[in-house]
Amino acid sequence: MPSFPGGMEWTLASVFVPLTGALLCFLLPRRAPLLGRLTALLTVAAVLGLLLTVLAEGTQQTALGGWPAPLGILWRADGLSVALMAMTALVGLGVSVYAHAYFRDKHTEGAFFWPLWLMLWTALDALFLSRDLFNLYVTLELVGFAAASLTALDGSAAALRGAIRYLLISMLGSLSYLLGVALIYHACGSVDIVLVAERIGTAPDLVVAVALGTMTAGLVLKTALFPLHFWLPPAHGSAPAPVSAVLSALVVKASFYLLLRLWLEVFDGGGPWLAEFLGVLGAVAVVWGSVAALRQARLKLLMAYSTVAQIGYFFMAFPLAAVGGGAVWAGALYLVLAHGLAKAAMFLSVGSVLRFARHDRIDELDRIVHRLPLTLTAFALAGVSIMGLPPSGGFIGKWLMLEAAFRQGRYGFVAVILLGGVLAAAYVFRVVGHAFTPTARAQRAREVPAAMEWSALLLALAAILLGLLPPLVLPLLEIGQVAVVSGVAAPAGSG
Amino acid sequence: MSQPVFWALVGMALVTLGLYALIVHAHLLRKVLALNIISSGVFLVFIGLARRAPEAGAALPMEPDPVPQAMVLTGIVVAVAATGLALALIVRLRAVTGRTTLGDDTDD
Repeated sequence: MPSFPGGMEWTLASVFVPLTGALLCFLLPRRAPLLGRLTALLTVAAVLGLLLTVLAEGTQQTALGGWPAPLGILWRADGLSVALMAMTALVGLGVSVYAHAYFRDKHTEGAFFWPLWLMLWTALDALFLSRDLFNLYVTLELVGFAAASLTALDGSAAALRGAIRYLLISMLGSLSYLLGVALIYHACGSVDIVLVAERIGTAPDLVVAVALGTMTAGLVLKTALFPLHFWLPPAHGSAPAPVSAVLSALVVKASFYLLLRLWLEVFDGGGPWLAEFLGVLGAVAVVWGSVAALRQARLKLLMAYSTVAQIGYFFMAFPLAAVGGGAVWAGALYLVLAHGLAKAAMFLSVGSVLRFARHDRIDELDRIVHRLPLTLTAFALAGVSIMGLPPSGGFIGKWLMLEAAFRQGRYGFVAVILLGGVLAAAYVFRVVGHAFTPTARAQRAREVPAAMEWSALLLALAAILLGLLPPLVLPLLEIGQVAVVSGVAAPAGSG
Repeated sequence: MSQPVFWALVGMALVTLGLYALIVHAHLLRKVLALNIISSGVFLVFIGLARRAPEAGAALPMEPDPVPQAMVLTGIVVAVAATGLALALIVRLRAVTGRTTLGDDTDD
């Protein structure tokens, strides 16, 4: 006798609660801030319920409308999905609390923010749960539409340009992915990931290779891997703070997650040449993104280029995992989770600085540390995770990848991983340093609501705490995963 | 050349054409049109290559398969929504800046 509410109810709730909330916020714009925060709380509860169910009972499967796999749509919540949904929920809660304070005196923007943001949350949860290649296409497009609309939120020319460029790129990426889906349907006669994985062995090699190529290219474009990252800094740099946080922390992770799923479950590790190619691009992204971040004059663009660099780390896992297997994927996923929490915290604190000083020019930060101590603490703590220092989530991820690179004798990757950490330290300290230095002319400051400071700080603390929890998180990632090899040694469990 | 392969090749030709137009044209309306041509090409590949699962397809190779048609129908709805959103953003951009190209981001 399954318990009620069980896996199915939690699964459905984690998508339909934010969907309902989004519609209500759209219909009742005056009540949107209250409804939005309430929805965020309920969604977090639903995801927590699903997380606990998966931890206790393993993978949860839900056939929508009771239709079985070949025709119907299956939602499957395994450890990987639930880990990403939990990260989304944490960031989502932080962003919702922050956004309430942020949009308090900007009613029009606020009225548009809530429905779009909750719709984005819905689409992300649906994407993490879907196991049907076509359904994944639809959720990918929903994520793209919501994200593009959010980018355009403040209506300035820069925001509109960023949003249009982002929308065009996002559509091109999704169509490239859909072309791969068409080829896979031709070869395998199904779009269900499990059925496709069974049949792909007998499919013609050429069709599978082309499908792998188009799907990977589309998703890499959407994840903004160097040199396809050109659209990311203008979009992430021109959006309002809560939106930048969501775009950097969650939206790029969605397409990376999908790519990972495909490589692990459908294409069985992909092609060795393609993996090597992605790894090299990732290494270039780490160095190039970090150097570009160092050279930015504006704080938000610095953060955006830092995201480009961090995305590089995720892709360095592809060639390393071809030999190193599960431990490397676990490391990359750890980095994904840690980066999500840390980058959200950083963009939120940058938003507070922007509100406080009315600008985000790094050279003119004028002793912000005395006046916004909580915000600067949040920024620095999140920076610890981005640099990959212990005891943070970023450290565990980098450590797992570094260990694999050493074992395989890939010293080029070792050097890049270490150099990326040093460069990250350089750009974080550049900001922190200016925050201690008074500028020539004193600046008139504006109050920052406590909710904005605390939500960023709590997210940064979560990124640090993640570094103390590998004994909890690593087994979770393995639930329902065939490819992620069990028995990953928890490195430096207590930091 | 079998009929499915022919339509798939026509679809790929449309995709290539659209991709070329997307890259070379600066006017945003043309970019949106190019994306629509790409999506038509992808849909054509999807429908053209559609057939039943291998075991059923062996008996009646040319039997139309309803599943990809349903998917392409969904895809068309998504493409229409995307076009609408893109057009709305372009109209807004023209109202704000008086331009219909992305141009240089540094000038503001």
